Amino acid sequence: MNRTLLSVGIGLAIVALLIVGGAFYTVSQTEQVIITQFGRPVGDPITEPGLHFKIPLIQMVNRLDKRFLEWDGQPVGIPTRDKTYIYVDAFGRWRVQEPLQYFLRIRDERSAQSRLEDILGSEIRNAIAKHDLIEIVRSDKDRVPQGDEIISGGGANIGTIGMLPRINFGRQKIEAEIKSAAASKLREFGIELLDLRLKRVNYNPDVLDRIYARMTSERLQIASRFRSEGEGEAAKIAGKKERDLNEIQSTAYRKVQQIRGEADAKASEIYAKAYTQNPQASDFYRFLKSMEIYRKVLAKDSTLVLSTDSDLFDLLRRISGKQ
Amino acid sequence: MARLTVIDGTPLKPSPYAIAGPLVALLVLAIAWTSYYTVPAESEGVVLRFGRYLETVAAGLHFKWPLGIDSVEILPTRRQLKMEFGFATPGYSNPGQIGTDADREKSMVTGDLNAALVEWVVQYRIQDPRKYLFDVRSPAQSLRDLSESAMREVIGDRTVDEVITIGRQDIEISALTRLQSLVKLYELGIVVDQVQLKNVNPPQAVQASFNEVNKAQQDRENMINLANGDYNKAVPKAKGQAESDIQAAEGYRFKRINEAEGDIASFNAVLEQYIKAPQVTRTRLYLETMGDVIPQAGAKLIVDDSLRQWLPLLQSKVGEERK
Repeated sequence: MNRTLLSVGIGLAIVALLIVGGAFYTVSQTEQVIITQFGRPVGDPITEPGLHFKIPLIQMVNRLDKRFLEWDGQPVGIPTRDKTYIYVDAFGRWRVQEPLQYFLRIRDERSAQSRLEDILGSEIRNAIAKHDLIEIVRSDKDRVPQGDEIISGGGANIGTIGMLPRINFGRQKIEAEIKSAAASKLREFGIELLDLRLKRVNYNPDVLDRIYARMTSERLQIASRFRSEGEGEAAKIAGKKERDLNEIQSTAYRKVQQIRGEADAKASEIYAKAYTQNPQASDFYRFLKSMEIYRKVLAKDSTLVLSTDSDLFDLLRRISGKQ
Repeated sequence: MARLTVIDGTPLKPSPYAIAGPLVALLVLAIAWTSYYTVPAESEGVVLRFGRYLETVAAGLHFKWPLGIDSVEILPTRRQLKMEFGFATPGYSNPGQIGTDADREKSMVTGDLNAALVEWVVQYRIQDPRKYLFDVRSPAQSLRDLSESAMREVIGDRTVDEVITIGRQDIEISALTRLQSLVKLYELGIVVDQVQLKNVNPPQAVQASFNEVNKAQQDRENMINLANGDYNKAVPKAKGQAESDIQAAEGYRFKRINEAEGDIASFNAVLEQYIKAPQVTRTRLYLETMGDVIPQAGAKLIVDDSLRQWLPLLQSKVGEERK
């Protein structure tokens, strides 16, 4: 029994030694492993995840990431071709395509990132400096902005407000340009550059004052246009009011005069017809009217000087009156 | 059979249970502790054996090989997760929810080379846990970068007015579509459900001038309303006045004609009588009138018509009468 115990103990010890000495290693789902012996790679890269064996103590495990990896560039200040200073923040996607080549040329990720920074950084700088700012901002050259009352209302001359300046390339073409230029340079390091995009493009703070001043003056221009439109409309309405008032009042005046004139004429006609219907009528009218007037005219302050030759006082002279 | 002995002769009997007992107990405890796990609701668990993908399990209590042979990653696949850009609300459980530099995240350049501040939210779900865990190294960071890039592309093709006022829904839809296609390209194992714009503003320095435009629009409306008010106060009143004037003229017409006809009717009646007996009627009317008129006159003087010089007589007589 002691012997079996001893052999079991020795067996366990051997297994423990193997484990401690590193005969087993796991490759995770996200890794690929290169085995090196005395600093030199042996065999093909191991990409199958799971439990693997190696010679303990002599062979070392070097782990490389198998996944899509990210590169996030530092924001850099670059002038565009039209001399606008902007901050560009880009990011990219890469992976280890040739593990052996990568391992030999680069060794670890820190070096890889610095390589990426160098190459991508310089390609980005070149591309930005070669294009105008608008090419970096816009992508879709066919896009027409949605009309807005603020911009297009009133038909006034608004210059370039509310328009999208035209482009020849656009951001996506520039990103593709950078990517293809950098990808070929990175291939020799066993790195495959899968994508490069601009995350942020912002005005350099020194330039912002100028931009804000322009935006402010644009808005104030729009505001004053609105106000002058208001004044114009109000003046038009006031003018219409004057016109309509004059029209109404003068038409009414004309009608009133017409009616009154007709009335007066008709009345005159009635009187004239009556007073001239026969010769006695006009004579009688004159008589009656005179009688009426004597009643009105002769009052307390009138002095009458009457002659005995009159039809009333002729009997004062002689009894038979006027002959 | 050799026995282990100590130098002073006492036989040393190694008791198997004294040494192995506690060790075995410890081992059993360790095994028990590491052989089960729970996956919370809304989540799934990804099981790896020796680092190699084994299976994906749903919520609940599960068992696994102990002592680190099996490992489990838990992902909240059924929960809708969100990412905030340009702002950060506290109390988040998803570490990818906020970024590192909210101010930089929200500054953007618009398609008409103006500046705007845009805050937005991306809602997404982890759809493919394998891809999410094993194909990409920082899927959450990649999603953040892609979201910023997509939003800036969309904003970069729009005018500042579209961004701030009328184009919000269009931007949300375009950004969602663009982001969805990028996420598919990057094989993140994520599906984006919604992109929602939150606060969108012009930069602080120019906000006053943007408000000025709104004020000016209001002013314009006011001016037009006031002018219309004036019009509506004056014109109906004038119309009413005109109507009333015309009615008054009509009234005048009736009056004059009726009066004339009345006068003539009474004249005709008297005329009829006059024509039947002209001399008598004339004399009667004359004497009636004189009878009324002469008494009401003031001074009366009856002189003979052969009297030539009656001026001094007149003066004394009139003076007497007047007393």
